[in-house]
Amino acid sequence: MKMIPRRMPIFALAVALVLLGATSTSLLAAASEADFNAAYAEAEAANKQAGALRDQWTTTAAALANAKKAAEAGNFDAAVAEAKEAEALAKASVFQATQEKDAWKAEVIR
Amino acid sequence: MNLRPAIRLASVAFGLATLLSAALPAGAADSADPAADAKAFQNYFTTKFPKLKLADFVNGPYSLNEDMHRQWVEKEEFPPYEFSLEMGKEMFAKPFKNGKGYADCFDNGGIGVRQNYPYFDEKEGKVITLELALNRCREANGEAPLSYMKDEMAALTAYMAFTSRGKPFDIKIPNDPRALAAFENGKQYFYTRRGQLNFSCASCHVQNPGQRMRAEILAPALGILNAMPIYRSEWGGMGTISRRFTSCNSQTRGVPLEPQSDEYRDLEYYLSYVSNGLPISGPGARP
Repeated sequence: MKMIPRRMPIFALAVALVLLGATSTSLLAAASEADFNAAYAEAEAANKQAGALRDQWTTTAAALANAKKAAEAGNFDAAVAEAKEAEALAKASVFQATQEKDAWKAEVIR
Repeated sequence: MNLRPAIRLASVAFGLATLLSAALPAGAADSADPAADAKAFQNYFTTKFPKLKLADFVNGPYSLNEDMHRQWVEKEEFPPYEFSLEMGKEMFAKPFKNGKGYADCFDNGGIGVRQNYPYFDEKEGKVITLELALNRCREANGEAPLSYMKDEMAALTAYMAFTSRGKPFDIKIPNDPRALAAFENGKQYFYTRRGQLNFSCASCHVQNPGQRMRAEILAPALGILNAMPIYRSEWGGMGTISRRFTSCNSQTRGVPLEPQSDEYRDLEYYLSYVSNGLPISGPGARP
């Protein structure tokens, strides 16, 4: 049986580490202004939809304001995270308003 | 068999149904009976609080708790809304720059008319609240409109409510599908959950009156507008119906609508109508 060189596992480990490093670098790459603009536009669109349904949330407005503030300070990672939070909240408010179009009737005193 | 008459009848029925569904909000057609709604509304609260007389509901949480009621009786000796009431009386009597005054804009010179507001204006096809009528009066006479939320508007409505104390709410729904639609829209707004906390007006004021929310005792929806405007300790000052509606929305983490938006006007129409027969008690004081 041919012996595996003793160096082999170390080499494999090194390659794996390099690959992992490269991947994680790309995953954790700092967000850009373009990323923020895209995320903010998505959040604003969802919040506008909530506005048309007359059901915006104050927490969405706060997250949008925080996103803008972070972007102005050049912290695009935080800005993107806040914008995504705002988008999630806005979508939840749209869901609520859509659901309530009929659900309110169940609460009426009869 | 001749199908033509049947088809014609079906077409007419479909047309009528379409017209009705366009005039009323979704799902309202199954219960568009304001008189029955008001009866059920009042029955609900009188059954829930059997010891209270109907008129007691205008005192909100003060009728639901003995300790608070005692505090309120003492508070009424030197009521915190007194300064606002005085200010409203002076404002009401002071002529505009053109020599006319508020009295010229209202029936009976604006004295003892609070119980008739809001009303449905058939010309405009919309609900007219007292706050809106006051600002329209100002604008028609070349004066700038007031903020709907507090201070001067609260003072004016306090005075007009004071001159109407004891008169029962007498809100009318004219025979106009738009008036019925406004009532139904107001009902829908009242029962619709909104804001991140997922509360409707009814969540607090129908399902939980008398219960504590933090330090507050929640008021019943029945008679809740009869005491408006109010001095609220939480606000540290006077507030109008507009302030009450917008602050309730904010408390549920919802973005309030603009004061006197159609929704709030319809909500006021609904809430006032279902309290018909209960006396005006404003201005009031609340914790």
